[in-house]
Amino acid sequence: MSAAAAGHEDEPGIAAGEAAAGTRAVAGARRAPMGDPIVELLLRLGDDRLILGHRLSEVTGHGPILEEDIATANMALDLIGQAASMLRLAGETEGKGRDEDALAYFRDAVQFRNCLLVEQPNGDFGQLMVRQFLFDAYSVLLLDELSRASHAGISAIAVKALKEAKYHLRHSSEWVVRLGDGTEESHARVQRALDALWRFTGELFVADEVDAAAAAKGAAVDLAGIQSRWNAMVDEVLTRATLTRPADAAMQRGGRSGRHTEHLGHLLATMQIVARSHPGATW
Amino acid sequence: MEQTPNAPVDESALNAAFEAKIAAGDSIEPKDWMPERYRKQLTRMMSQHAHSEIVGMLPEGNWITRAPSLRRKMSLIAKVQDEAGHGLYIYCGTETLGVDRYDLFNQLLDGTAKYSSIFNYPTLSWADMGVIGWLVDGAAIVNQTVLAKTSYGPYARAMVRICKEENFHKRQGYEICATLANGTPAQREMLQDAVNRFWWPSLMMFGPSDKDSPNSAELLRWRVKRKTNDELRQRFVNLTVPQAQAIGLTLPDPDLTFNTATKNWDFGEIDWAEFFEVIKGNGPCNKERLAARNKAHDDGRWVRDAATAYAEKQKARAKTEAA
Amino acid sequence: MAATTGTNGSTGDSHWPLWEVFTQGAQGQPFEHAGSVHATDAEHAMQNARDVYARRGEAVNLWVVPSSAITASAPSDAGPFFDPGNDKAYRHPQFYKVPRGVKVF
Repeated sequence: MSAAAAGHEDEPGIAAGEAAAGTRAVAGARRAPMGDPIVELLLRLGDDRLILGHRLSEVTGHGPILEEDIATANMALDLIGQAASMLRLAGETEGKGRDEDALAYFRDAVQFRNCLLVEQPNGDFGQLMVRQFLFDAYSVLLLDELSRASHAGISAIAVKALKEAKYHLRHSSEWVVRLGDGTEESHARVQRALDALWRFTGELFVADEVDAAAAAKGAAVDLAGIQSRWNAMVDEVLTRATLTRPADAAMQRGGRSGRHTEHLGHLLATMQIVARSHPGATW
Repeated sequence: MEQTPNAPVDESALNAAFEAKIAAGDSIEPKDWMPERYRKQLTRMMSQHAHSEIVGMLPEGNWITRAPSLRRKMSLIAKVQDEAGHGLYIYCGTETLGVDRYDLFNQLLDGTAKYSSIFNYPTLSWADMGVIGWLVDGAAIVNQTVLAKTSYGPYARAMVRICKEENFHKRQGYEICATLANGTPAQREMLQDAVNRFWWPSLMMFGPSDKDSPNSAELLRWRVKRKTNDELRQRFVNLTVPQAQAIGLTLPDPDLTFNTATKNWDFGEIDWAEFFEVIKGNGPCNKERLAARNKAHDDGRWVRDAATAYAEKQKARAKTEAA
Repeated sequence: MAATTGTNGSTGDSHWPLWEVFTQGAQGQPFEHAGSVHATDAEHAMQNARDVYARRGEAVNLWVVPSSAITASAPSDAGPFFDPGNDKAYRHPQFYKVPRGVKVF
């Protein structure tokens, strides 16, 4: 977390449009001295789950069938619950008095550290499940490593989250198979979703200085190893689903340093409107 | 379910046995003989109840993305999710009567089925999430606690499960209200405004006054209903007034007074013209609610079809492998 | 239970078959009927049952059974099926006398 971004802590009422300070901070972020790598890692983990959970929560009550409405809401709840505990620990570790709500509701888009994949807007149900599957496979592998981290706080959160993520993966991969190998229409729809989302998967496995520094502080993750296992998992499911794996060309990245797609700002505008309209209020 | 009678059926004897069961307070189970009218009334009542849960997801779902804290966001998702679950439990109950959920759902989608009028009012501020939990779920709980003793077994069992789960709904609603009541002037104003909008529609949730409720007498006799609409409405008002006072809220009824003789809170005349307009489909959000349900259903068709197609392919493959 | 499969002619929408769900509340407890779900196959039914009937930690195990596979006793069987069990007092321990003062039971 950059110093200027952290400077918002005492002015929770800052409006979404007044992001100038935050923008400046991030523009220089790559050269600026890195904050606590554990905080940075927890923001990445927490923001991924907050934003994906929020996307899922957008469709609560609008699912293709009642049973699936309940399942999707369960995944949203798990993810937001994971995000809350990760952001809480990030705030505690940072030691500047920010709790999970301050982090969720009073940061601007450029201060979020989630990957680009999870912020992509909801399309049809097939797109939702493809996005979920690509993330779940990554999440299970990542949490599995973190559950063995020597950093006690992170491993405790990862152990609990891993159980939930494994179920999500089971659910989303079954849907990818069902839709891929279902009707001609469903096959075409999920293939389209896969092709459109594929360019956001490369970012998941790019290791940077935060990962190296976090490893030195007891939260090591072997992203290259995760990538090869992820490839195998994804290939297995795509084969069962009779889907074609897209080519690995032209991957997009930037989420981990706050350079998001335009979609995140709109998501946050909705998510943060009530909290920011009543500075200092409790709910 | 198929009945394969071995002997010619004597309707009057069956009916006598059915009435005796009702009189003894026994529950009626799916395979028991029941008068066609009982089956019909139950189907109507249960499906209206299930539809209400399903449509009821929409006004609250409207605020999930804007909930002002992560804790509130999770409670609200869990609550809306429960409503889907409750709809599902009650549809399960109708399926034991040999009525297919898909057919009932189609009646909801084409506008021929009724559902609770309350869900045709818009949710305009975050305070509505508190007030709906407190008043709307509060009213529903008064209704459902009695329905847990209804004469049809599967309906009663679904209600027991639902009542257990709904207790959190009302408490989370009241907690939101209490927090807003203790908050900033803007929060208090938001809360009072929501109460002003939802108080009367909440009273309407118990249905028309007994004298205008055509189905009541029969349903009471069969112990499908256990209390009249007016009795339940009065119980709700008596429970709610002290809760409003406790957090300094004004209920928008100048006639609300405590009757020392009856120990009831007397309340003013309900605007039944408004109620019947909403029931007819002319409430503020009837069109939007049905449109949203239809859109979800239509958008989901290819998904349901794909899952069916996949299962059929799998079955065929299993057969080929076995052969 | 009424299991309805096949296709609804009126809308062309595909119908997912009905499955009955049984939950075990704790290890060692009997399985109890919880309700039903619609699903296309056993794995799907299992997932739906988990999300619908075990979201508050109500279950440690689940069974799902196609509703159409359940055979239920008919009310007309009630007499011949169950009444004969009512007068076999010798099946119950209270039928037997134990000498006064013996505490082993």
